[in-house]
Amino acid sequence: MIDALHNGFLSLLGPMLGTLAWTLFKIVLIILPVFGAVAYLTLAERKVIGYMQIRIGPNRVGPYGLLQPIADGVKLLLKEIISPSAASTGLFFFAPIMVLAPALVGWAVIPFAPGLVLADVNAGLLYVMAITSLGVYGIIVAGWASNSKYAFLGALRASAQVISYELAMGFALVGVLMVSSSLNLSDIVNQQGHGHFGGSFLSWNFIPLFPLFLVYLISGVAETNRAPFDVAEGESEIVAGHMIEYSGMSFALFFLGEYANMWLIGAMTSIMFLGGWLSPFPASIPVLGAPSIFWLLAKMSFVMFLFLWFRATFPRYRYDQLMRLGWKVFIPVTLIWIVVVAAWMQTDYSLWK
Amino acid sequence: MTLTTVIFYIFAAILIVSALRVITAKNPVHAALSLVLSFFTGAVLWMLIEAEFLAISLVLVYVGAVMVLFLFVVMMLDINFEELRKGFWGFFPVAAIVATIMAAEMVLILLAKGNGLESFTTVAPLPEGVSNIKQLGIPIYTDYLLAFELAAVLLLVAIIAAISLTLRRRKNTKYINPADQIAVKRNDRLRIVKMQAEVEVPEAPAAADDKPAA
Repeated sequence: MIDALHNGFLSLLGPMLGTLAWTLFKIVLIILPVFGAVAYLTLAERKVIGYMQIRIGPNRVGPYGLLQPIADGVKLLLKEIISPSAASTGLFFFAPIMVLAPALVGWAVIPFAPGLVLADVNAGLLYVMAITSLGVYGIIVAGWASNSKYAFLGALRASAQVISYELAMGFALVGVLMVSSSLNLSDIVNQQGHGHFGGSFLSWNFIPLFPLFLVYLISGVAETNRAPFDVAEGESEIVAGHMIEYSGMSFALFFLGEYANMWLIGAMTSIMFLGGWLSPFPASIPVLGAPSIFWLLAKMSFVMFLFLWFRATFPRYRYDQLMRLGWKVFIPVTLIWIVVVAAWMQTDYSLWK
Repeated sequence: MTLTTVIFYIFAAILIVSALRVITAKNPVHAALSLVLSFFTGAVLWMLIEAEFLAISLVLVYVGAVMVLFLFVVMMLDINFEELRKGFWGFFPVAAIVATIMAAEMVLILLAKGNGLESFTTVAPLPEGVSNIKQLGIPIYTDYLLAFELAAVLLLVAIIAAISLTLRRRKNTKYINPADQIAVKRNDRLRIVKMQAEVEVPEAPAAADDKPAA
């Protein structure tokens, strides 16, 4: 059916426009569910934290509050967009787009199931790293263009934090690409499907690379400026950080970008350490053992639940300790584990042959 | 005209416009952001000729790290740009001559016969399934290992030198060692004093006035 649709596009519009339209169609097929997931992650966040604090959470709009994200979206759309008089207007409205765009562009190389990927490029892992490093521009530009001290301080904090944790994240990825000897995300998942434990969850990367898994997960929380690493928008200190001057939809775009980034980190964690679309059961079990997109979605949702759980549990880090954790704890841990894995791969006990 | 050609011309136009903006923008932050855009567009052009590793490294290193720090500096410096721009027309003749000579040299070398540029006309596309990164990695770690390691050592020395040049111990710093903080025991901070629950109050004189003390 997919081939028929593809050929339909090509015969209707010719080879050039047909390819363009077909690619756009595939992009929409990925972006729309991402937006849906983002909207319902905000509801899940409020519900999960609510139950963790023995409250009910939103329950007024629709059954069990299920229409709450739509109500929120409509509210934000209808609000007035305010531009501070001393702001650099063009950049001020460009900044939220610069936060959201990289969070969406990263999805281009994420494989959802075998063959189900927009661009199956060889350098997928590097591509995701490069694209996520662009998100920091939106934050810096927002802080500068707002022409406000709080916004600028928040932007400086956020970007320093993002750059620091990106290093630890990059080193964690080096470990993954060493054991899978590929930068292609589909190959990384496939490599986790075989080994001594033959395709069950015991052959996934998170067991031999456990320190890197932990570092990646925690750095992911810090990358997305989520609690307990949300010093960039620490309410008690600098109100809302770089977002302080934004209102209505321009504020909502920052929010969308943050949650889309969270899902992206969830997808990357699932693909690199939790076996992607592979089933946790051995392939001998009939239905449960088959690889499918639902396993990937379940793993991503689990990682998202961890993010919400962290937020409900931990108090905010102090800024100097946050920097110490990134530079003096995570980077040495990853460096040591990369050397350990490299040595391990040279011995007869190597799991990755 | 294929889709790739269209994409090439679009991005080439963006690259030229943004490169011009770098030198014409009045605001230094706008200039720095234009530089970011031109780096990014340059990376896209490299990607079109299948140099994806170089393209992604350009984005990762220059756009993702170097330019962020550059922006930091530009945003936080308090420079009077009117002052800097004052001597513009004074320097213009010299700058114009230098620019003209550079442009003329480039045109001459590109137009010259027998400069060997003809062999660069087309890039043979890599066969399906061959990774550009692997092709790059194998010579780096086999044929050119020594040069690569030397470059790495040189960078390491530069890092250590930069850090040691800027590192200074400040006397008034309020740094607290986190290990000491964690190692603190209750008895270091808290002393529990046994007191009687009630204290005998000496007989107070009859209340003269009912105003509060403070």
